Amino acid sequence: MFGSGVLKGLGVTLKEFLATYIDDIKQVPSRYSGGKEVIDQSNVGEQDGLFTIQYPEERRKLPERFRYIPMLLYETNAETDARDPRCTACGICAKVCPPQCIWIVRDKDENGKPITRPAEFYIDATICMNCGLCAEFCPFDAIKMNHDFEIAAYKRMPHLVFDLDELSVPVSYYARIRPTDYGEEEAVRRAKESEKAAAKPADKPAKPAAAPSAAAASAPAAEAAPAAPVRRSPEEIERLKAEAAARRAAKAEGGEAAPAAPAPAGVSSKRTPEEIERLKAEAAARRAAKAAGEAPPAAEAEAAPAPPPPAPAASTGRNRSPEEIERLKAEAAARRAAKAAQGDKE
Amino acid sequence: MTAPVETVMQTLPFNDAVPGAVLEQAKTGLVVAPDRVLELARYLRDEQGYDYCSMVTSIDWPQYLEVVYYLYGVAQSKEALVLRVRLADKGNPVMPSLTPVWPGADFQEREVYDMMGVRFEGHPNLRRILLWDGFDGFPLRKDYRESYYEEDSKPFKSRHPDGQHNWAEDRAPWKDNVSFPVGWDPDLWTSPQVEYRRIMGVDEGPRNGTDLRTERILVNMGPQHPSTHGVFRMVIAIEGENVVGLEPEMGYLHRCHEKIGERNTYIMNIPFTDRLDYISSMSNNLGYVLAVEKLMGVQVPERAEYLRVIMAEFTRIISHFIAVGFLFNDLGAYFTPALYGMRERELILDLFEGVSGSRMMCNYMRFGGVFADLPEGWIKRARELVWNRLPRVMEEFENLLSGNEIFLTRTRGTGVLTREEAVAYSMAGPMLRASGVPYDLRKVAPYSIYDRFEFDVCSRPEGDVWARFRVRMDEIYQSLRILKQAIEQLPEGPIMPPGKKQYQVRVPAGEAYSRIEGPKGELGFFVVSDGKPNPYRYHVRAPTFINLTSLEKMTIGHKVADAVVILGAIDIVLGEVDR
Repeated sequence: MFGSGVLKGLGVTLKEFLATYIDDIKQVPSRYSGGKEVIDQSNVGEQDGLFTIQYPEERRKLPERFRYIPMLLYETNAETDARDPRCTACGICAKVCPPQCIWIVRDKDENGKPITRPAEFYIDATICMNCGLCAEFCPFDAIKMNHDFEIAAYKRMPHLVFDLDELSVPVSYYARIRPTDYGEEEAVRRAKESEKAAAKPADKPAKPAAAPSAAAASAPAAEAAPAAPVRRSPEEIERLKAEAAARRAAKAEGGEAAPAAPAPAGVSSKRTPEEIERLKAEAAARRAAKAAGEAPPAAEAEAAPAPPPPAPAASTGRNRSPEEIERLKAEAAARRAAKAAQGDKE
Repeated sequence: MTAPVETVMQTLPFNDAVPGAVLEQAKTGLVVAPDRVLELARYLRDEQGYDYCSMVTSIDWPQYLEVVYYLYGVAQSKEALVLRVRLADKGNPVMPSLTPVWPGADFQEREVYDMMGVRFEGHPNLRRILLWDGFDGFPLRKDYRESYYEEDSKPFKSRHPDGQHNWAEDRAPWKDNVSFPVGWDPDLWTSPQVEYRRIMGVDEGPRNGTDLRTERILVNMGPQHPSTHGVFRMVIAIEGENVVGLEPEMGYLHRCHEKIGERNTYIMNIPFTDRLDYISSMSNNLGYVLAVEKLMGVQVPERAEYLRVIMAEFTRIISHFIAVGFLFNDLGAYFTPALYGMRERELILDLFEGVSGSRMMCNYMRFGGVFADLPEGWIKRARELVWNRLPRVMEEFENLLSGNEIFLTRTRGTGVLTREEAVAYSMAGPMLRASGVPYDLRKVAPYSIYDRFEFDVCSRPEGDVWARFRVRMDEIYQSLRILKQAIEQLPEGPIMPPGKKQYQVRVPAGEAYSRIEGPKGELGFFVVSDGKPNPYRYHVRAPTFINLTSLEKMTIGHKVADAVVILGAIDIVLGEVDR
């Protein structure tokens, strides 16, 4: 019959139209009462209707492997609260980077001898193609892909050229966003450490003991490997939490105001003193935001107000003066802090 | 590819038929004398059955320029026959065009002219194709340096250990690096319409025995036009509503992917291939790693092979959903079918994101394996899709689309390509199969582990837009069939060959051409290595670029509205067309 195809098609459209509403009604708690902010879409394939989410009020739950701009991990020394970057400035990430968006300056000691630490580390986010090769080939697990994709800024330079401070995040942040990878890497690390620990005492007594010690070393490694679950087990989550708590406690003692980052050794010839000031303020705001994201909800009240100081100094000029940019940045940082804290709560 | 070529050469003494044509039997093909190549080409097509000119490219060797033709026979599934024409005079390289023999060489020869400066005598329309007329130089020559040139090859030395980040714009400000060809003045640029005389034709005066004259008008569809699927321009000569001439203009998205590829190390190229056909990055990855693996000779673990096939087939489904959905968009159904297609695509992209970390720019394949194993829960979600959801959705699609009378009326008999034309124009993929040529590389020349799966080659005899739609829909069913088998059989095991992951792979000197059945057609990667960390020559046979060759042929005689549909049925992606 002429027209039957069209009617059939219209039937499909009507069904789809209704299915979306039915899907929404079935959801508990309802999406539209503000009950949900992060939407896990892993079972969405079983729904019939549309499954769009209403960004930015709602957000997708990102898969762990989601990659955006790289970040640099640092360990926090429990006693001194000093930052200990994992990066050794070996330059493999800069060599493997397809668009060549990574610049590294290796740090030098007092005698001018190069040491295994970056003095400067830049990633140009406008060039970065988010491929993840740097993270894949880093032998020290120092560079990883961040989940934070909301990096819009008014200007390319310098806002989107991230420096060492802006790129640095604590390891605990990494453990939070990519628990599986973190768990696997920690297992390998522990296995290596126990291997070392096993090898050391064996080395001392006599040389012939080396062979059995190697066997002994591989035994704990073999033990440790299966202990590393592909997905985080409840025990491991507990352990990670305890670790994070310990670190937080250590941090609380030191106070947030103890920035351990040493002043960059070689300042880029292009940067004016003002710019450096501004960048520093920016980095501080960022750090505060990160710290807030890391801290438990209770600590957020204390951490969140940290960035605002520059805000009162804001001028009202229409052209965006450096102060204003700074203010905007601080605001953004505060927002980010709030967001991160919220994410934590959730 | 080298060994089979040799065997072919031993059994085919072409010099008996075309004396003096073949100069040398190189390891990588037949070296042909430039003045005899046209004769040899005719002989090969007519007598030897090499009717399908798959790829034309060129290499800038230190002593000469070399134009390379990869020939196949559609009916006989023969191994490739490679013709190599060496042109010693780099200042004025000239050779006869093979477009009269294989019309499919048209755009590809224009590209060689554009990129390498080889002039093809007898070519009907030898103009630059990807670059504009005011472009100075031939970018794929080894001595060419781009505007913000830094070094011949990555990694650049300025990055480490004393990397000072600075901006290309600061190093070489605009205008310091701009040059025009000799005798070219941008201010005196003539109207581009002059170039379209070919399609405008001559005004033939009064027609049909009356005094009424019909005026031909030149209409630009695009580059900013919703129906062109990106920045693509169709220059159409029309008489009333009828299309009498058409000239595709492309290159708005050109970034010289191939030059970038030659600056890159081998592994750096993988994420760049994502950006070719950005709908189907997994397939692009697969094609590229297969080419390099051919040179390296690595053994890919079982599990990785299966994962590759799973990803490639999911990609095919995505691509066909989009093709079908947007075909309807072009037909005036607006976004309803396109969004249904997009919605299913989102679910598959969720899977890609889960395994590779990115939805579209997957960067998933590696030389010898894949980047990462499946995360927990992945197989469950994939099963839900393949066994339940996608078949259900396909049924819905059939209900919504296949029986629609408006659709049938608009597409049946529109943009017909006969079997012979489709082969001559080097059509590939669904375009070729919709013209009644059951030529699917997964069956004809199985790569990866496709020979283990049961599936049918979808083909239709009609050769019109409807047949192309039907072939794509049928291929989705076949992809689901392959996916079911692959997911069922997915073995446990490693995903990379043993040994440490290398970021600086060693690729022995040589030449490899790998072709896979991408969602849009034969996707080929041509890699020449000289043993250094960077490829000496890197060329992509982009299926949609070559499929556009027949656009003019298909469109002439139809209405303007049909031109949109015919273009939609080719399913172009400008990231790949322009490269």
